[in-house]
Amino acid sequence: MPLLDMQGIGMDYGAIRALGRVDFSVEPGQIVGMMGDNGAGKSTLVKIIAGNFLPTHGQVHFDGHPVRFSNPEDARNAGIEVVYQDLALADNLSGAANVFLGREMRRRIGPFQVLDHVGMSRRATELFRELRSETRADDLVRSMSGGQRQAVAIARTRLAAAKLVLLDEPTAAISVRQVAEVLDLMRTMRDHGTAVVFVSHLMLHVFSVCDRITVLRRGEKVADKRIGATTPEEVTALITGALETA
Amino acid sequence: MSQSTQAASEFTNVVRPPWWRRGALAGQSAYVLAALVVLVAGIWIIAPVFMTLRNLGNIATNFSFVGLMSLGETLVIITGGIDLSVGSVCAMSAVAMMMVLRLLVHTPLAEVPLLTLALAVLVAVALAVVAGWVNGLLVADLRLSPFVTTLGMLSVCRGLTFVLTQGRPQYPTGPDVAVFIHLTKGTVLGVPVQVVYLVLMALLVGLVLRHRVWGRHLYAIGGNAHAAGLAGIHVRKITISVYVLSAFFAGLTGVLMAGWLGAAPANLAMGYELHVIAATVIGGANLLGGVGGAVGAVLGSVLIEVVRNGFVLIGANAYWEQVFVGLIIIAAVLVDQVRTRRMT
Repeated sequence: MPLLDMQGIGMDYGAIRALGRVDFSVEPGQIVGMMGDNGAGKSTLVKIIAGNFLPTHGQVHFDGHPVRFSNPEDARNAGIEVVYQDLALADNLSGAANVFLGREMRRRIGPFQVLDHVGMSRRATELFRELRSETRADDLVRSMSGGQRQAVAIARTRLAAAKLVLLDEPTAAISVRQVAEVLDLMRTMRDHGTAVVFVSHLMLHVFSVCDRITVLRRGEKVADKRIGATTPEEVTALITGALETA
Repeated sequence: MSQSTQAASEFTNVVRPPWWRRGALAGQSAYVLAALVVLVAGIWIIAPVFMTLRNLGNIATNFSFVGLMSLGETLVIITGGIDLSVGSVCAMSAVAMMMVLRLLVHTPLAEVPLLTLALAVLVAVALAVVAGWVNGLLVADLRLSPFVTTLGMLSVCRGLTFVLTQGRPQYPTGPDVAVFIHLTKGTVLGVPVQVVYLVLMALLVGLVLRHRVWGRHLYAIGGNAHAAGLAGIHVRKITISVYVLSAFFAGLTGVLMAGWLGAAPANLAMGYELHVIAATVIGGANLLGGVGGAVGAVLGSVLIEVVRNGFVLIGANAYWEQVFVGLIIIAAVLVDQVRTRRMT
């Protein structure tokens, strides 16, 4: 049974159709690549999954239940986390502080609730180790590499025990070595049973980690194939429209 | 802890920062403290009168006022804002307090011990808090620039102070004056009482910044307000709260200054916002947000006051004092810049 099952999802802004009637599903422990040119509807679909938009048409089931996410908190509470392209980290804080931002661990001293610095550092260190990332919990994010920043952002999703993680162009702006790190992070998440949606337009990266690939063009889904059943050439043709569907 | 640091040191792709970027030396406070020690030693050698109890008491009283306001200013600056209205709010509170005392002196309320004093302080601080709250609403809800908003509030509050008093200084009156003077001009174990207030407040602010969730969220907002919002932090509420607290500290300082002077002139604390911001910045707060602390704010205030006092004692031309303070501010920003330049 799919973890996320979207049927006939559409998004109309008045007379303008941003997203046609799209079916999209993700199984647990699967990495699905979402590809498409600018304006193909990727970000609309991602924003619907993340709770930023309510779709004007269609049904969403998550974890076996029908859901309607009217804001990002709803989606987060259900177990969907988004790693934004700009990562949304506070540079001036440590890795641990960023992992726990907004859900800080506390302990009591007398009548006062204070931050549990040691506890958070220890838990963040564990999370980084689980992700097999060489990231020090107490380093400032400012001094981290692109790959380490991704690890911090992804550790946030693991802290929330997310069932589905959306990664929006995580490899677009980092060095080759760091790309390898981030792709490894995704594989690690999959091995832990997390479902991953990998939004990207970098063919090489998508083909090296994804189990399945979904291609959108002009608001319609034009392909949904196992990675072994397609080729970069075919996907390129689908994205540009040289090939209608496959 | 030691286990995790050991594991971390084996990482191949992360360099451990050099010793001069770690521990106490990672912050600005160590450098300000060093500068302070050098300055004090220098002034002491040239003008031995510097180290007399009387002079130190004078310095301490002066830096306490700037220091208290710097604590509030630091909170605002950590979130990436700025509060230019502190000097005016300070004067407005001081004057309002004196006027409430005079209004109540012939009412039956004056029969109850300390009641008029308590009411006057309450009104003074409440007035400051209202000004801060308006600042906060304008910045957080209407997204006005903190600089312009609080510049406006600077003018509004100073103007109101002159309107209320018609430019005449106000004096404390009523049955509680003796207690008021005692609470604002006395000493505790030989330490000026203002210093006691400063130390208590600095301790409180320092602990809250370091150990409370609210403090952590201030830094997050200053570092990346967008990320803070996405993480579910109540950016709006926290932003309003720092402007309210900054005004609260300014109002409190106004009350203390009025007691110490025995009067509240309408031009009280005129131009103090510059000393306050300078002290905060010298102490390591970054006007871009995300950095700053209570210890730094206090050290910055001490440094400025020592320089001002030292200039007088050494017999240097007093006009040069401002030049020197200005150079220190620039030097502080320079040290901060060099210190935090990204490692490559």
